[in-house]
Amino acid sequence: MNLRRDVFQAIADPTRRAILLLLASQAMTAGAIATNFDTARPTVSKHLQILTECALLEQKQNGREIYYTINAKNMKEVADFIEPFRKMWDDRFNKLEAIMKNYK
Amino acid sequence: MELKTKINAEKDKQELMITREFDLPVELLFKAYAEADIVEQWMGTKVLKLESKKYGSYQFETSNAQGNVVFKANGVIHEFVPNQKITRTFEMENTPFATQLEFLEFEKLTENTCKLNIHIIYKSLALRDQMLALPFAQGLNMAHNRLQDVVNQLK
Repeated sequence: MNLRRDVFQAIADPTRRAILLLLASQAMTAGAIATNFDTARPTVSKHLQILTECALLEQKQNGREIYYTINAKNMKEVADFIEPFRKMWDDRFNKLEAIMKNYK
Repeated sequence: MELKTKINAEKDKQELMITREFDLPVELLFKAYAEADIVEQWMGTKVLKLESKKYGSYQFETSNAQGNVVFKANGVIHEFVPNQKITRTFEMENTPFATQLEFLEFEKLTENTCKLNIHIIYKSLALRDQMLALPFAQGLNMAHNRLQDVVNQLK
């Protein structure tokens, strides 16, 4: 088994998690991603390579630039990535319910 | 504990369904969406404006502990039928996310229970998936920050 393909190993690294966080809201080039970190550009490239090998990221060619985006489908493998979204709404609705019970 | 909120995100559709049943009369659930001071309490955001009527609009703003604005959202209201439905747009300002369209349906189940259906349409499938991934990424980051705090205390 190729360890590189283990998504859990991929997200165990704080820099790689930070990269996923950045890309959660927008597609970015490797250069733009690297400006967010103090580490050397080749180190960031290595992280991007690992995340891409794990299929957590996708590359999209746009002219001469390559943009990285999150591969949402594969993110589902990571402890069902939709769950935090559901939890966020459930917490919110629980609060709504508790508050409105006082209006009864 | 099982979550009462259900999320239905079909693989190839740029939309999302959020459903939830409440132990509340439908009138109270609707009130929680219609009145600014109540929205503030459960959404945890400041409501700058909320005109709960057709052609109305709204503006939310959230600040962090330091007083800096970290979140701004706004939208317009297309339909406002008390205790039945709200149709509105939702836009997060200063983000790459496009405006989304939201259909909220309030359904009476019994005198004291009701159901909320939120149908959200996104500009693209990719945008929907990024929106879904947002709390996941934030969760990861928060977990990481907590870990960092714990490690710093060990130093």
